Amino acid sequence: MQRFSFFQLALNALDRHRAWPAYWRDAQPRDAYDVVVVGAGGHGLATAYYLAKNHGITNVAVLEKGWLGGGNTGRNTTIIRSNYLWDESARLYEHSLKLWEGLSADLNLNVMLSQRGVLNLAHTLHDVREGVRRVQANRLNGIDGEWLSPEEVREFCPIIDIDARRRHPVLGATLQRRGGVARHDAVAWGYARAADARGVDIIQNCEVTGIDVAGGRVTGVQTTRGAIKAGKVALVGAGHSSVLAGMAGFRLPVQSHPLQALVSEPIKPVLDCVVMSNAVHVYVSQSDKGELVMGAGIDAFNSYAQRGSFHVVEHQMGALLELFPIFSRLRMMRTWAGIVDVCPDASPIIGRTPVDGLFLNCGWGTGGFKATPGSGWVFAHTVATGEPHPLNAPFSLDRFTTGALIDEHGAAAVAH
Amino acid sequence: MLLIPCPWCGPREESEFANGGEAHIARPLDPAAVPEADWADYVFLRDNPKGWMRERWMHAQGCRRWFNLVRHTVTHEIAAAYPPGAERPPLPGTTA
Repeated sequence: MQRFSFFQLALNALDRHRAWPAYWRDAQPRDAYDVVVVGAGGHGLATAYYLAKNHGITNVAVLEKGWLGGGNTGRNTTIIRSNYLWDESARLYEHSLKLWEGLSADLNLNVMLSQRGVLNLAHTLHDVREGVRRVQANRLNGIDGEWLSPEEVREFCPIIDIDARRRHPVLGATLQRRGGVARHDAVAWGYARAADARGVDIIQNCEVTGIDVAGGRVTGVQTTRGAIKAGKVALVGAGHSSVLAGMAGFRLPVQSHPLQALVSEPIKPVLDCVVMSNAVHVYVSQSDKGELVMGAGIDAFNSYAQRGSFHVVEHQMGALLELFPIFSRLRMMRTWAGIVDVCPDASPIIGRTPVDGLFLNCGWGTGGFKATPGSGWVFAHTVATGEPHPLNAPFSLDRFTTGALIDEHGAAAVAH
Repeated sequence: MLLIPCPWCGPREESEFANGGEAHIARPLDPAAVPEADWADYVFLRDNPKGWMRERWMHAQGCRRWFNLVRHTVTHEIAAAYPPGAERPPLPGTTA
């Protein structure tokens, strides 16, 4: 891998930047691998990278049915934070945030992490109590968090309307200053490039059509580009997790829903933080290009179509204008949807499956992007050692049998 | 936006309805006798099919009655709507 540096930039400028190498090889599938990772989104690529870096396992293929990072990795609203209420989630997401803070240097690629602060607004007395409680819980877990009064909210983000006479008045907000945004494409590319440099094969346009199981143990996968034998298989298929699990003969407690997002036309810098609101349901930030990036709630019905219904977007726009009347004449440029796999307790599943050698990382629902590095880190540990990392042990599939749910519905600082 | 054929009110737009998830999930008749794994199966596990799906809807802003819908989860095409207790129409392309 050619390391990016100021010197390289200057050197390549001499021939007008025509000699930069490709980020990763266009690998052809081989007959067998130690580990096959299904899904080349951020989580799958991070898993492959940490398998190679932390555990020395480099005979790894990452299979992707479409193009790299073309699923939810390229469709999310890029928000990063770790202000979750419950201890299990807080530890996992905080581990991830700490990895984010060193990620550009680690991957030698600028993921454009911008820790601009994440505001979670409170509009009711209940919101206020929940927010203050969450800030205290975060602090006890060593995570930065502050409670802001309405005036402090206006000071931090002047364009929010804090008029007490509004339908949803701003009664305060929690603020995580270390939260922010990152460039999602760069995250996928960075992990792919770094994994490729350590010998991982990244194979695009290779859809998994079957999972081979013999005697209760996984032996390989069938793909549109032939059969591939594997010692271990790691499923990181996001919205298609149930489909993949079905190939291996078991069911999951997840439901696939469209989650819509949209961007506005670019405008001058006006919003320099991330604003989220549970009650009116909006989350918005402004990209470096000047577009407002916004996300809606999930569409209620099951779908694999990567598109949702218009009334969900309409509701989302209503919520935006409630908080920011200044945006009333802003035009929207694009809307799209990703397929998110939602768990009953709004927490992910990371761990073993009923099939030996087959591991599962899914159920991130609407909030997986922020967890990309941490998810890959703990999942690589799980795949490499066969045992969960202490951080993901509580997120096992059997918690739905034991009842030890990690109920982040509403507790995770956004309505899922 | 889906145009949903309520069996009682006729076609209405999706925003009038509430989705109730997968249909025909029967509650165990004797909960105390059911082992935990089966109970987890009933409460949490779902087919989540990519293709035709039977699902429950409630006409929340209309007749407020529940019914079942056969809908495709990729094309969003709706093949049939039928009241609870009615005979299940076969999924398109199958006899089941």
